[in-house]
Amino acid sequence: MKRAPTHSYPGLNLGRRHASADKASEVVTFGFWVFLMSDLVYFGLMFAIYITMIDAQAGGPGPHELFDLKSIFAQTLILLTSSLTVGLAMLALKYNLPRWRIVFWFFVTLVLGLSFLVLEVRDFMSMAEKGGIPQRSGFLSAFYGLVPLHGLHVTAGCIWLIVLGIQLRIFGLTDLLMSRVVRLALFWHFLDLIWIGIITIVYFGGLTYG
Amino acid sequence: MDKRSEMHRRERRRYVIGYGGSLLLTFAVFGIAYRFGIETKGVYLAISLLGLAQLIVQLVYFLHIDRRRSSREDLDLILFSTMVLLIIILGTVWIMGNLAVRMHTFPM
Repeated sequence: MKRAPTHSYPGLNLGRRHASADKASEVVTFGFWVFLMSDLVYFGLMFAIYITMIDAQAGGPGPHELFDLKSIFAQTLILLTSSLTVGLAMLALKYNLPRWRIVFWFFVTLVLGLSFLVLEVRDFMSMAEKGGIPQRSGFLSAFYGLVPLHGLHVTAGCIWLIVLGIQLRIFGLTDLLMSRVVRLALFWHFLDLIWIGIITIVYFGGLTYG
Repeated sequence: MDKRSEMHRRERRRYVIGYGGSLLLTFAVFGIAYRFGIETKGVYLAISLLGLAQLIVQLVYFLHIDRRRSSREDLDLILFSTMVLLIIILGTVWIMGNLAVRMHTFPM
């Protein structure tokens, strides 16, 4: 086997073809990775609070009344697919495909991200209808501290997608913008990792132990 | 030119494999939940192990984290953050669980 391609930061690297952008990405992407890991610790705290609060339902509605697994399943598939499409955008960038391909995959990712948010907000609304509001119990406070925090991250990612898509159309593939695409892809993949934690601990854990 | 399109295909296949693997694991998790219900601890253990497997699949295939020397630093950072996380989470659960037992709010 030939020498493996150089790999100097997390995520898909831009490679030798975009040598200057690749070099520019090295340090900032590692810095961004440090940010993501500290964000992970923040999420971890919210997970810890949720786990200790599972039993603190204070007679209010619990996981069995509130969680809708069908909707969670749909959200999981949507977010997973968007993780693939943001990867395809990265590949289009790396292999110099026409710029519209990158913007196209950005658009698909954005649509998927927004559909995820719509389903999530619908879930929160139906929970609220059943009396599942944050101030009802410790369990619900912990739930609303954690899951919408992830939703907020997805919202930020959607805004980032829009802004970066517009910038790409206007300015073309400058080094700076390419290295921003690298970080956006990392951020988006990271959100999918957090979501796996949420379905495992918040939803399935809540249903098992709540 | 040819070499490049071959590299492209290979890297695209990597994403597709990661997607397929994650999809499979997701279906397995929800399938188990649907088939066996989510009441017993054994089922939950299976679900959490599949969740862990999916985390690893996505780290490897989407985030390109592996044990190659060049990406070791990223892996080190993940492992260190995971350690901090485990201390926080397990410590919290331990202390708060113990407290709950002492306060008799939590039959154990």
